[in-house]
This record gives sequence, C-alpha cells and structure tokens, in this order.
Amino acid sequence: MDAKRARSEAVIYYKFRKTKNKSLEWLWAAFRYALIIGISFVILYPLLQKVSVAVKAKEDIYNPTIYMVPVNFTLDNIRMAIELLDYWPLLGNTLLFVTVITLLQAASCALAGYGFARFDFPGSNVLFTLVILTILIPMSTLMVPMYLHFRSFDILGIVSLLTGKDGVNLLNTFWPSMITAATANGLKSGLFIYIFRQFFRGLPKEIEEAALIDGAGGFKTFFRIMLPNAVPPLLTVILFAFVWQYNDTFFTTLFMSESNLMPVNIAALPADASQQIPLMLGVGTNPNVKADPNYVAMVVDTGILLAILPLIVMYWFVQRYFVESVERTGVVG
Amino acid sequence: MLGVAFILPWLLGFLFLFAIPLVQSVKFSFNELIIAPGGYELMNVGWKNFNDALFVDANFNRILTDSVAAMLVDVPLILFFSLFAATLLNQKFKGRGFARAVFFLPVILASGAIASAEAAGLINLVGNSEAAKEVGDAQSGVDILSMVIMLDEAGMPRWFIDYIIEAVMRIYEIIRSSGVQILIFLAALQSVPAAMYEVAKMEGATPYESFWKITFPMVSPLILTNAIYTIIDSFTDSPVTQTIFATAFQTQNFGLSAAMSWLYTLVVGVLLLIVGVLISRKVFYYN
Repeated sequence: MDAKRARSEAVIYYKFRKTKNKSLEWLWAAFRYALIIGISFVILYPLLQKVSVAVKAKEDIYNPTIYMVPVNFTLDNIRMAIELLDYWPLLGNTLLFVTVITLLQAASCALAGYGFARFDFPGSNVLFTLVILTILIPMSTLMVPMYLHFRSFDILGIVSLLTGKDGVNLLNTFWPSMITAATANGLKSGLFIYIFRQFFRGLPKEIEEAALIDGAGGFKTFFRIMLPNAVPPLLTVILFAFVWQYNDTFFTTLFMSESNLMPVNIAALPADASQQIPLMLGVGTNPNVKADPNYVAMVVDTGILLAILPLIVMYWFVQRYFVESVERTGVVG
Repeated sequence: MLGVAFILPWLLGFLFLFAIPLVQSVKFSFNELIIAPGGYELMNVGWKNFNDALFVDANFNRILTDSVAAMLVDVPLILFFSLFAATLLNQKFKGRGFARAVFFLPVILASGAIASAEAAGLINLVGNSEAAKEVGDAQSGVDILSMVIMLDEAGMPRWFIDYIIEAVMRIYEIIRSSGVQILIFLAALQSVPAAMYEVAKMEGATPYESFWKITFPMVSPLILTNAIYTIIDSFTDSPVTQTIFATAFQTQNFGLSAAMSWLYTLVVGVLLLIVGVLISRKVFYYN
C-alpha cells in the first residue's frame, strides 16, 4: 500500500518536473524571440525609415497620420538623388577603386602573413611586434607626414634627379591608396596580416615539406599549395577590406578630397542638396528662395540609401560567409 | 632569406609609409610647419605646440577627456552586449540565419560618411544642431523617468543608475558598434568543446552555472581581444581625430596637429596598457 502510494507520488512529482521544465523552456523561447525581434528592429529601423522616405511623395511630408507607409508613392526622390549624386558614374568609379584596393591589400597581406607565420629569420619577432604597433597607433598621427609625402611623391630622390622637379603630386589620384594597399600599410592592414599569420600557423607543416621534396620552390609552394588552402582567411580579408574601404572617410578625404568617390560625395550631399534642389525644381537662382528643408532632408536620406544599397545587395549574397569565415580563420583558436 | 622576400612589400611600406612618417610626425610636433611651393619649411619652436594643445587651445582639452571618458563607458557596455548577443545567436531556434544576418548588418553600415550626412540631414530639418540633438533624444521615445524611479526603488546606487540610463539612451550606437565583436565571440563560443557541456549537464549543472563555469572562462581570452579592438575602433571617427584633422587641413596648423595627435596616441597607449594588464590577469587560458 505504502509502496504504491510512494510510486504514484513519484510519478506525479516527475510529471510536475517535466511540465515545469517544459514551460520554463517555452518561456525562455518566447523571451528570446522578443529580445531578438526587438534588437533586430532597432538595427533595421533606420533602414526601413529610409526606404519609406525614398518612395514618399512631397504631399505626405506634413501628413501626421502617416507612419512608414506613405499614401502617395513616387519615384521622384530617387530620380532627384540619382541626378544630384551623378549616381551611376560615381558608383562605377567607387566600385573600381574599392575592388582594386581590396585585391592589392589581400595579396600583400597574405604574403606578409605567410612570411611571418612560416619563416624564422633574424628579427622576425621584432618585426611582427611592429605589425601589432601599426594596428595600435591612431591613423591621425601619420596623417600630416603622409599627406606631405604624397603631395610631392618621390622615391629616394629619383624623380627630382631625372626631371629636376620636386616629386609628383599624387593627391586626388588612386595612387596614394594603391601604394599603401600594395605595401600592406593601408586601412587596417595590420589586422589582416595578423589574420593570415594565425591561419597559416595553424596549417600542418607537412604539406610544405611534401611540396619541397617534390621540387617546388618557396614561391611556387605558396601560390600553388598554401594559397588555395587559405580560402577562409582570404574571404574574411576580402569581405572586410571591401566593406571598410567602401565606407572609409578618413583616407579618402585625406588623399582624394576632390575625387569622385561615394564617401566623399555622400558627406558633401546635404550641402549640395540644399544648394541644387531649388535650381532643379526650377525656382530660379534667387538666393532668397529656398527649398523646403524637409524636402531636402528627404532627398538626402534617399541619397544615403542609394549609397549603402550596393553594400546591402552584396551582403545579401555573402552574409553567411561572414560568420563561417571568421570561425574558420582561427583568429579565435 | 626567403621569409624576408615574402614580407618585403610590407617591410618597404612599413619603412617608407610608417616608420619615416612616424619620425617626421615627432619632428613636426616640435616645429612650426609652413607649406612652401614644392615642399615645406620647418621652424623649431620647442614644446610650444604641446603647450598650445593643452593650455591654449580652447577645445582640445575638453574633447580629449570627453572622448576618452566616452570610450571607457562604452567598452564594458559593448563587451557585455556583444557577448550576450553572441550567446543568444549561438542557440538553436527558428530563423537563426536571418537573426544573424540582421545582427551583423551594422558591420557593413558603420560608416563615418553616412553618419555625418545623416546628422546634417537632421540639422537641415530642424534648423540647428542643438535642436537636432534634442529632437533625436525625444525621438528615442524611452520613458526614462519611470525607469530611474524603478531602479531607485530597487535600491541601486546612483552611479549605477546613471550608467544604465546612459546605456539605454545610446542603445543604437552600442548595437551599431558591436558587430565585429559579436562575430568574434560567436566564433569563440563555437570552438568550446561540446563534451564539456555534456559532462556538466550529467553532473547536474544548470545552464546558468555552465555559462559561468564553462562558457565564460573559455571565451575570456577573446574578451581581451575585443576590449582592445573596441578601443582601437573608436579612433576611427572620434571627435579627437576630427579635431586633429581640422587643425591640420582647415587651420593649416600642422605642428599643433602633430602635437595633438601625439598626446592622443600617448593617452590611448596608456589606456590600452592598463586595460591589457587588468584583463589579462583574469583571463583563463585553456591550453
């Protein structure tokens, strides 16, 4: 009798525990979704707002009943922003620039990373410490000397020897960024060298020894064996270099303040917009006639959306590599 | 010698685009620099530039302390949030892929140009920057006062309430600058061997306990990495950098700008050192 009762009590207790665990799990799942949806909303809100503004007609600006979804749809804002930014040539130029820099940077950083990972030469540790130093020193420290350097560019006085002039002015060309990228000293290059070094150190040495025995030289081994194996860090570096270069304002305003590049033009867009829009609307050149500031803000927002659109489209296709690549590079391990 | 061949591009770049400019920058900070046709002239002024930066310039002092203080406030918040978000995204649930994609979106959208254009757009809208700031604050739409009262009644110390309120007010900025850190923490979480959790579960540890006894120690080396990354990342568009830039290229005072940037470097260097020493004492290395 007692044993039976104890057993049924145990069963009840067990069932109670089970339902308790289940409901706790369910509660946690609900809480988790609430959190994730909330944070996602905070991240996506500015983007959604810009999309909403981009298709909103002028008549809707002062309509207080509108939230997000406009009543009158229009493509005028987009047309206006494209015209103001001179969008398509600008985008082409920017993409060309960013792609060139990204590839140069990935190449030079891969070489340096491999050099530091596999070769012990006198001073290699000291030199790697210096790589870390390049990560830690703020860019503003080198700004003025670099600017002056590229303003009259000259390697060891060769140019002035040949032409008698004081070097070449490279500002407002692609060259300053290309030179810094090709020599692995561009934007966040120290970080990329570090990523490559960590990855190459994790690869087994036997691969190279086998290649060496089969008669491949050092560079051949690198290009034929090591580089094809280094897809994860290459992907990481290319993705981040592209994105950071596309968004960079520091070096672009320093070296190419007058060039036709997205970051420079976007930063100047608000001023341009308030100046140009009255003209474009055909109000004339009267300085006392100003466009509605709310309308100007709308066009500026549309312009910003157009500027980040290529990145978002790209991200749509490669976003899963972002996580995977960082996991596989071994930065963490 | 083959190794030297591999790092040669970097070495050349380092010498000509880092080491020499670095030395020049030190030199400039003790000189007055005048741009002359085809070059520049230097005039030695001793410590005057540093003196000017610290005691004469009206703003530099304040901007430097403000932005260092902001950095110190931000680092723990960003670390906490990114570890939390990474733990969340590491769990299995429906729509995880989408959630991850959204959480890393700030990595690609964090752009100085866009931020400044946005601020300018808002200024346009309201007329001046002070009003724009107020509107921005009002738009965040959080009922701060009720939260203060709630925390106060819960017996929280005053400084802690201030800190939390600060965090809530700037939640968007914190989320926006946490992308890379979440990525790094997530990678770290996935490298923790699953067997550890299984053993802990068998021994009767709750998920809460196994977080603090397993997850936290295992990812602690990355806390150091992320702290340093967060500090360095805050250079990129900090007000100090902007001030230094403006001093050089708008007021054309290159010497003063060099002195300012060296003061900034010094402060940041000391900060990194302190943070590094403090955190690395607590870090647990598995291997």
